Amino acid sequence: MSITKKEVEHLANLARLTLSDDEKARLTREMSNIIDFAQKLDETDYDSVKPTMHANAKTNVFREDEIKPSFKASEILQNAPQQDEGCFVVPRTVE
Amino acid sequence: MKYETVVGLEIHAELSTKTKIYCSCENSFGGSENTRCCPVCIGLPGTLPTLNKKVVEYGIKAGLAMNCEIAEYSKQDRKNYFYPDLPKAYQISQFDFPLCEHGFVIIDTENGQKKIGITRIHIEEDAGKFTHDPYRNLSRVDYNRGGVPLIEIVSEPDIRSSAEANAFLEAVRSILKCIGVSDCKMQEGSLRCDVNVSVRPEGQKEFGVRSECKNVNSFSGAVRAIDYERARQIEILESGAEVEQETRRWDDMAGKSFLLRSKEEAHDYRYFPEPDLMPMEISRGWVEEIRESLPELPHEKKARFMAEYGLPEYDSGLISVSDGFSKLLDDTVGCGAAPKEASNWILGEISKEINERCITSDDVPFGGQALAELIALINKGTISGSIAKQIVPDMFESDKSPEEIVKAKGLLQISDEGEIAKIIKEVFEANPKAIEDYKGGKTNVRGFLTGQVMRATKGKANPAVINKQLEIELGKL
Ligand SMILES: [Zn+2]
Repeated sequence: MSITKKEVEHLANLARLTLSDDEKARLTREMSNIIDFAQKLDETDYDSVKPTMHANAKTNVFREDEIKPSFKASEILQNAPQQDEGCFVVPRTVE
Repeated sequence: MKYETVVGLEIHAELSTKTKIYCSCENSFGGSENTRCCPVCIGLPGTLPTLNKKVVEYGIKAGLAMNCEIAEYSKQDRKNYFYPDLPKAYQISQFDFPLCEHGFVIIDTENGQKKIGITRIHIEEDAGKFTHDPYRNLSRVDYNRGGVPLIEIVSEPDIRSSAEANAFLEAVRSILKCIGVSDCKMQEGSLRCDVNVSVRPEGQKEFGVRSECKNVNSFSGAVRAIDYERARQIEILESGAEVEQETRRWDDMAGKSFLLRSKEEAHDYRYFPEPDLMPMEISRGWVEEIRESLPELPHEKKARFMAEYGLPEYDSGLISVSDGFSKLLDDTVGCGAAPKEASNWILGEISKEINERCITSDDVPFGGQALAELIALINKGTISGSIAKQIVPDMFESDKSPEEIVKAKGLLQISDEGEIAKIIKEVFEANPKAIEDYKGGKTNVRGFLTGQVMRATKGKANPAVINKQLEIELGKL
């Protein structure tokens, strides 16, 4: 296996996911399969090939710096689970 | 043991574009909470970012002004972390192909000029703003700042003291302001920095283990954070322990830094290419166009003030870092004033007035013509130097010319010999003791008598005329 259970736990923690032991075992197996599949590339000589940075070949898609109206605060806040004084309310967060 | 401090800085500067980086919401400070937002900048699913061309232009501009190489190919990446000020749970930034790399900024140190390397400059989006409710267990988020364009300027670890760090920050600020890409208002948070500090025994080649201090919001804060970190790390080393690689939080009020995250808890951002934004291929033609649009930079201004105006390095350095002062100097000299006299007024009374009024050098309400007129009034003998100093505050308050102020306040210098002779006689009568002393051989009462004449005329008497007339009147005694 190219992925360990510990790595799966680390990734789950970063993604704020709680996984059962069964899920951890399954994901370890599945993620290993994906990595192994990608490692087939090692069997070819790709030194002279430029890495693909983006799936789309387009470049330089820009927007001009012109102001357009924003939304009303009431619209912006309409999906907020909790709101107060025109703000989104979140659990007290201090870093 | 003697220790050397090694510092690297990451400076975040908000760009002064009209709109945000990935949507057309207005980019400006303030405004009611969540009124400069749209589905893109609050990260609603299904929305797509579009890159503001001006942000790329400003990034290139900053790179060129700091002697960077501009990338031919550059792309944007997702930096993943969960925090409520970041609605998408990722920040769009740049990872392995930044816009600018390998630059430098020259700073002045007590041992002469020094080159501080710029590792890279990249573009990214700012996060929203928290306010913490001290009474209830909650925080409020305003996303007006979310999506405001930033450039992050990363220095090489070339800085060796807090004083050098301060000089570097000042240099970067003056460049960004001069080229017009950021207003650099610290109090509005448009310039912030993270400070990386390590210490090593003097002479040692390898760097020591560094800590990173976040939340540094002023230049003086950066200086204090570096000095604090240096002392903290030396104390650890002296005790025989080892410095841990960690992220700390600078608390400016407490003058201390606190542990935020250890090495084990360090963020794992899992960068990957942003699929919603296309890469950039920066044409050399565009880069040259931007290069040609660059204004005269602070260090170029300094060199010109010394060479063309014959100003001392000290004056030239202080004036060149301020756009407002540089323009005032050029305009004043352009209106016929001697450069050194103009410089003395700018760095003297005008600076003093700016400090007292808590305004900046860009907010001087009068131009070079007014300052040149003030200087000419002194040189023509219309007013004395001390009266000129009294006029400066009026120049800040009214849009009257110095000459109009002089007339309106009746401050014309008294140069009439007869009038001054008359005042001298009155001073003699009012101070019989001083006259007795003079007759008794105490010639130093002259200074006192001159002062009394000045007082009687409220500073308006021409000092040269007082001198001459006093000589005559004392001779008659
Ligand atoms: Zn928006």
